[in-house]
Amino acid sequence: MYKLLLCCRYLRTRWIALASVISVTLGVATMIVVNAVMAGFSNEMQTRIHGILSDLIFESHSLSGFQDPDWHMEEIRRAGGDEITGMTPTVAVPAMLNFQVRGQWITRQVMLIGIDQATHASVSDFGRYLQHPDNRHQLSFDLRDGGYDTIDSQAGGSEPTRPALEAAGWPHRRMRVERERLWRERLEAERAANGDAAPPETSGQPVRPVDQQVDAVLAATSDTPASTARAEGEPATGRPSDPFRQARPAEGTRMDPATEQFTGLVPGIGLASFRDSTGIDRFLVLPGDDVKVTFPTAGTPPKAVSDTFTIVDFYESKMSEYDSNFVFVPIADLQRMRGMIDPESGLASVNSIQIKLREGANLEEVRDRLRKAFPADLYAVASWKDKQGPLLAAVDMEMAVLNILLFLIVAVAGFGILAIFFMIVVEKTRDIGILKSLGARASGIAGIFLGYGLFLGMVGAGAGLALGLAIALNINTIRAGVEWLTGQRVFDPSIYYFFTIPTIIDPATVAWIVAGAVAIAVASSVLPALRAARLHPVEALRHE
Amino acid sequence: MSSGTLERPAVAALSTAPPPLLAVHGLRKRYRSGDRTLEVLQGVDFELAAGECVSVIGQSGSGKSTLLHLMGLLDAADAGSVHLAGRRIDGLPGRERDRLRNTEIGMVFQAYHLLPELTALENVLAPLMVRHGVFAWLKARGEARRRATELLERFGLGERLHHKPRQLSGGEMQRVAIARALVGGPRLLLADEPTGNLDAESGAGILEVLTSLNRSEGLSIVLVTHDASIASRADRVVRLAAGRVETV
Repeated sequence: MYKLLLCCRYLRTRWIALASVISVTLGVATMIVVNAVMAGFSNEMQTRIHGILSDLIFESHSLSGFQDPDWHMEEIRRAGGDEITGMTPTVAVPAMLNFQVRGQWITRQVMLIGIDQATHASVSDFGRYLQHPDNRHQLSFDLRDGGYDTIDSQAGGSEPTRPALEAAGWPHRRMRVERERLWRERLEAERAANGDAAPPETSGQPVRPVDQQVDAVLAATSDTPASTARAEGEPATGRPSDPFRQARPAEGTRMDPATEQFTGLVPGIGLASFRDSTGIDRFLVLPGDDVKVTFPTAGTPPKAVSDTFTIVDFYESKMSEYDSNFVFVPIADLQRMRGMIDPESGLASVNSIQIKLREGANLEEVRDRLRKAFPADLYAVASWKDKQGPLLAAVDMEMAVLNILLFLIVAVAGFGILAIFFMIVVEKTRDIGILKSLGARASGIAGIFLGYGLFLGMVGAGAGLALGLAIALNINTIRAGVEWLTGQRVFDPSIYYFFTIPTIIDPATVAWIVAGAVAIAVASSVLPALRAARLHPVEALRHE
Repeated sequence: MSSGTLERPAVAALSTAPPPLLAVHGLRKRYRSGDRTLEVLQGVDFELAAGECVSVIGQSGSGKSTLLHLMGLLDAADAGSVHLAGRRIDGLPGRERDRLRNTEIGMVFQAYHLLPELTALENVLAPLMVRHGVFAWLKARGEARRRATELLERFGLGERLHHKPRQLSGGEMQRVAIARALVGGPRLLLADEPTGNLDAESGAGILEVLTSLNRSEGLSIVLVTHDASIASRADRVVRLAAGRVETV
């Protein structure tokens, strides 16, 4: 009983010992905050990775892909069974995106992905990351008549950070066409005044050359005269009718850019914009602008072809790797432009099939089943985790290393407790002698100091727990406060693409941290406690 | 304070008289400091009958305190034996020695040796808390508090139960220490210069308390002092010189 009483008294009267547990408190608080932020970061990243990658990706090794996705999807469904809730074919090819900014051509290396706008939303969160509210609801590759978000819909802020998107859409396109027309007229007027000959062609009225290019390539690489298959809109030949038929003018004819658009294209926002120092997004191109994309055709060897597309929206997953790399176009157009549609059978080829599993399905198990069902030398089946394995592993690794380092801080705090406890044992030597003279046993004396260590550990870890949770729960307020105080951005969203610091507090992790800190406090009081227990009563009593 | 539980020793079997409460035979103790050894006790023989009050006097460094520590089982002798009520108590295992210190022997020191974090009452209760575990203590607490309060009131400290030692005078502290020594119901009280740090008046008060305990309750007391006038208050005076005992 005296052990408890003395523990409590020492706790109340020995402030220096409390000072020693401040380091425990800080260590515990830091660990809780770091773990919460890292877990939040990791979770946010996984969500975003998963948002663009479906649960499972079934793909061919070759760039030309495999024919007849419908047959493959049936086979996949047979192998995967009830676990599969959605599938969509995609075509992905490396490409180059070219656009003109103030008369200068800018070229970006991109991954061109053809997606099926009807079914793509069923396998991933793709739609959630678009800038037009209607597109988020149901993606369309038709240019919208304005109404793009000027506020980042994912940031939840109230300040418009994208004023440029205000005019995007058809208004922007009409204005640009008008400006170009005026500029051209002035140029021609000047030329006429100078007596020059008119330019041989009008550059403002582009033609659609790509299909002819593809036909030429096909004609060169296949025996069938491709040009016959390219005759205008006849489902009679068994070819699937082009759903974008109406949206495009007849090939080779001129079109009016003020009222018509090319094939819609959704680039990652990082390709088209940059964030300036005030946090405003500056756009190089806007929805409504035309860009040129150069990509390889199917077949061997691939030939590079180019076509003009119209930007209809931006894709923003906030994963800069994706936002500055991915460009989405309608799959049917890409298949046609690349020559992936077999002219005889009319069957299209695709690169990959994105598969969505039902909630709670075992990812690895279904993946392995699919791997068994298809020959591995032709098809690769991977889960989204496999695809981003190194990145996720790196984050996990980072977290583990941070935890080790921070735990070492708490361990250092343990040595502080050790030192202070030795001091307290020396200071309390006479009291220890007194207790021994009253018949206290050595184990009881040791118990006082072990209990004291336990109490201190609990107080320190408890305070750390409270502090850590308080910081983790209010981290964005604290960030704002620090930014206001120092006038510097603490957490620059242009680096991380998060506007708020994400946190996830995992109760198990917190419990481990607290238990570990208490254990360290107890462990570091073992040596002083043993020393106290072994003190000789007479010498202890004589101690001054 | 029952004494019937202790076994009768072999040495006492020769005589029909009951064994002395405390018997010390041929006690030797030497301290080593560096390469010098100091023979503090060189064969001390000493007996204390139940209910007797004996003073041990001697020069500073004559080994009075050492003798007291050996009798109080705080230290181990190099040779010789200590018997309590006929039972040999030196050389017992540590746990048993701790138990005897707690139940049979009360000790009072020159420097009071109160625990500074505890109040007067808690200091008096300390031996009982040491005796009981947490749960046993919760059961025994009421009785223990009553007994401790009674003792303190008897020593004139009824108003000072909840004062910390630093708020008490020397005489008061020593009376708290005596109450602490008595609360566990010991048969033997060992007092090491209990008046050494006190002025004459307070010292007289402490002596009065001790002698009245001896007279009214038959408490056996060993009183170590260097002051002959204090020693004379005891039933018998024993002088310790050159590591041996001379009866005065």
